[in-house]
Amino acid sequence: MKLIFEKGNKGRGCELLPPCDVPITEVNPNFKRNIELHLPEVSETELSRHYTELMKRTFGVNDGFYPLGSCTMKYNPKINDEMAKLPGFSEIHPLQPEDTIQGCLEVMALAEEYLCEITGMDRMSFQPAAGAHGEFTGLHLIRAYHKSRGDKKRDKILVPDSAHGTNPASATMAGFKVINVPSTKEGLVDLEALKKLVGEDTAGFMLTNPNTLGLFEENILEITDTIHQAGGLNYYDGANLNAIMGIARPGDMGFDVVHLNLHKTFSTPHGGGGPGSGPVGCKDLLAKFLPSPQVMKNSDGSFRLEYNNEQSIGRVKAFYGNFLILVRALTYILTLGREGLKNASESAVLNANYMMHQLKETFSIPFPKACMHEFVISLEKLKKEKGVSALDIAKVMLDYGIHPPTMYFPLIIQEALMVEPTETEAKETLDEVIAIYKQIYEEAVNNPESLHNYPLKTFIGRPDEVMAARNPILRYRAE
Amino acid sequence: MMQDLKFTKTNEWVQYLDETTVRIGLTDYAQKELGDLVFVNLPEEGDEVVAGEAFADVESVKAVSDVYSPVTGTVRSVNEELLDHPELINSDPMEAWFIEVEEVRETTEFLTEDEYDQFISKEG
Amino acid sequence: MGTYVPNTLQEQEGMLHSIGLNGREELFNSIPKEVRLDRSLKLPSGRSEMEVRNIMTNLAEKNRVFKTIFRGAGAYRHYIPSIVKQITSKEEFITAYTPYQAEISQGILQSIFEFQTMICELTGMDVSNASVYDGATAAAEAIIMCIERKRRKVVVSETVNPEVIFTIKTYCSGLDIEILTVAAKEGKTDLSKLEAILDQEIASVLIQQPNYFGQLEDGEAINTLVKSCGAKYIISCNPISLGILKTPAEYGADIAVGEGQPLGIPLSFGGPYLGFMAAKEAMMRKLPGRIVGETKDSQGRRAFVLTLQAREQHIRREKASSNICSNQALCAMTAAVYLDAMGKRGLEQAAILSMSKAHYLADRLCEIEGFELVYKGEYFNEFVTSCPGSVDKILQVLEERGILGGYPLTGELDGKLLWCATELNSKEEIDNMIDILKEVVGR
Repeated sequence: MKLIFEKGNKGRGCELLPPCDVPITEVNPNFKRNIELHLPEVSETELSRHYTELMKRTFGVNDGFYPLGSCTMKYNPKINDEMAKLPGFSEIHPLQPEDTIQGCLEVMALAEEYLCEITGMDRMSFQPAAGAHGEFTGLHLIRAYHKSRGDKKRDKILVPDSAHGTNPASATMAGFKVINVPSTKEGLVDLEALKKLVGEDTAGFMLTNPNTLGLFEENILEITDTIHQAGGLNYYDGANLNAIMGIARPGDMGFDVVHLNLHKTFSTPHGGGGPGSGPVGCKDLLAKFLPSPQVMKNSDGSFRLEYNNEQSIGRVKAFYGNFLILVRALTYILTLGREGLKNASESAVLNANYMMHQLKETFSIPFPKACMHEFVISLEKLKKEKGVSALDIAKVMLDYGIHPPTMYFPLIIQEALMVEPTETEAKETLDEVIAIYKQIYEEAVNNPESLHNYPLKTFIGRPDEVMAARNPILRYRAE
Repeated sequence: MMQDLKFTKTNEWVQYLDETTVRIGLTDYAQKELGDLVFVNLPEEGDEVVAGEAFADVESVKAVSDVYSPVTGTVRSVNEELLDHPELINSDPMEAWFIEVEEVRETTEFLTEDEYDQFISKEG
Repeated sequence: MGTYVPNTLQEQEGMLHSIGLNGREELFNSIPKEVRLDRSLKLPSGRSEMEVRNIMTNLAEKNRVFKTIFRGAGAYRHYIPSIVKQITSKEEFITAYTPYQAEISQGILQSIFEFQTMICELTGMDVSNASVYDGATAAAEAIIMCIERKRRKVVVSETVNPEVIFTIKTYCSGLDIEILTVAAKEGKTDLSKLEAILDQEIASVLIQQPNYFGQLEDGEAINTLVKSCGAKYIISCNPISLGILKTPAEYGADIAVGEGQPLGIPLSFGGPYLGFMAAKEAMMRKLPGRIVGETKDSQGRRAFVLTLQAREQHIRREKASSNICSNQALCAMTAAVYLDAMGKRGLEQAAILSMSKAHYLADRLCEIEGFELVYKGEYFNEFVTSCPGSVDKILQVLEERGILGGYPLTGELDGKLLWCATELNSKEEIDNMIDILKEVVGR
């Protein structure tokens, strides 16, 4: 397909702005742009059709089953988007006087109250713009806590080997050294190994629970206690909170700080890679370190932005975070309420167990007993015996019009496919997908060679990623 | 020349240019395991390398792997051609040297070619 | 109460039985009793869509939407073409995940590739990433990109937006990076002070153009100083201004960053916005975050993929130089559609209108005794004035008439106002405000 730069013609464009009604100010030649600016010159018709073409080449949750493990691709309710477009939210300047932004502050205060209750935390900041940004912020809270106590030796963050890549990367970015903690054969944190790794230099431990294998850490209290006993703090990666809303809370498991992914658990859309929102909640002992400003309630019931937080870690971004994403999440929480959120989690876990149960006869499932909201398939045997990889299997799925699961993660499982159906899929969809998975598996066993060339029905076949990385073409250049 | 070649269990080859100077590269076995390489991060001339510690890394499309130094010494020369043409490591791993190290003081355990062949046949 | 769960309770009963469970409770057998919540969440009950709409609408109505805005300071209200809102409301774009499955994600990938191209065109740089969270984090990431083993000090001009400086401080606080600031002189970076602190340990120098006070910095002179000590030069820029003003590349910058919000993104009480980052070719592999590249598919057709991924956290883990994963993809698409619609002519026009309106606003303000330009240098669409009498009182009067006046500065500049105008401010609006101000000040 052509790029927008290759469409249109010189002189075309849209008439959008009026003539100038004040004297025109000439730019001083010292500050004038001298290099040519190549932007597309297209009519509105061409522009509109260009993006309709791009739209057809895009697969969203609305296009079909989207079981990306650890990503929680649930349905994105339309009311959420509509509420975010209300001018009373979208047309508000971030630096308006406090008396003119009471509605925005109330949204933040309400969301804080509800999300703290859901997670068992005491305070929350909405400044982090995404999950990784939340990790970075939460780890800085841990750093500030130890520093405030004069405890300078604590420079290590422990991270399970099954963790998302952002965990160790965030720890490094926050200035910590990373210590990897092995998993047991059962797919859980190796408690004995953990006990040997903790010590006076332990700043904290990051954990996703249920973990990235879709298993709940049964020894969670002993794990968090081990860290506390060593003087460290426990960090909860909220990527998998969708399994346990209303059922268990990180705050009751011994976690001191959490981040949430509103774009996973709380139904806000992924937007093709963002904007998300990664609020950070914490127990009271860390509250004074939260990013500045914090929303506070005045005695007369109105709200203010409190900037006077001496021990705050400072800002992690301009203004107050991805506010319109928070508006969507609050809309969702108000819609579901206490029963609805619990029902969502129960249904998510049921859908995952239902799929796993139907698939475990066919596929090798490393932890087949019971899962939470997601489960992992290993195609190691298929790869060894038939030469068909997880990638091959995933690419066939594209031709069936379903999005493949997360591939090659977690890293501790060979040829992994990680399936998270979410609660918003109907039983008949699951049944269809189960049948497709089994059919693909059969094909892989009987006719392995044929599987290396899929997909065939998509707009493009498999792209040459080696060529892309060896000779990067990262932009269009006009001839 | 070939009899000067030594190998390591972390899949590097070492060629002695004189008594205290070596050339280091990745073995043919390693490049096959790693697949198509798309980039290599190299140290700078004058950097110190330490036996058993990573001095470079190689990137394939979906993975990055450390390359370990078999010796302790000072980097005398860096094969900058690899920065533009990492595919040379795939096409001719014995020619595609990474660095030359001088003032070699210490080394890791070396294998002869036969020993290395035996080692990788067990690994594979 | 909606849950968006399609399966009925009866259907779920059937599913439970088919997998050998007797009730929903049994799904959670692996969660130890001690951590199970033995009560309901203390939240309101679920509500119908209609009820929720009322609650949210009431909250929105507690905010004041200003018809007239003369305030910028990092967030700018520009005209947003209808087509921008239409295109970025398409469900496919909104609900898609990060385009890891390239074969069914060519739409998102191509839009990012086009965005990267436009950011390069705007800034004059060679390569751009797919976006970061906002302008402040873009500046912080750029600073981290430039750190070398022997260069761990960075210089930030005090004429950079304070929110950006605060963000940089947090980002650097764990990384053993020393931040030096250069004071302002007459609203611009003090060149002699800058020269005095530059040495061989400086990794980079960050300025903002136009700066926080709206003033245009002497970008070339700063470049000469920066390059003389071998440091990298980072310029944070306003993308609308680049329709007519000199690009970071022309000043000699190694990295250009900025807040992309003015490119079609509503004010949104501060977010989501759009951080953009572009660099010279030599810095390509140090850029953080996602980058889209062009390649071919198995049949030789043009294809786009996420590339250079081995830099990123999901592969490099603790050795990655940035942790960024989700970015602001939909905001990047918004900016791309905005620039498509505006084109070169439209962007130039927006820039000229904004600059001209700001100068007209300044001229008219200065007719009133007590309003004077605090800085005498060249400016784009923002400027600082003194203020006769109480800033609070004047802003209050304007607020009552539906006008959001200039931003009250603090610290050394207490009592001064930072004004902004864009193409949205008509002559009539400006004249109207001047009449109001004359009335207030005359009183």
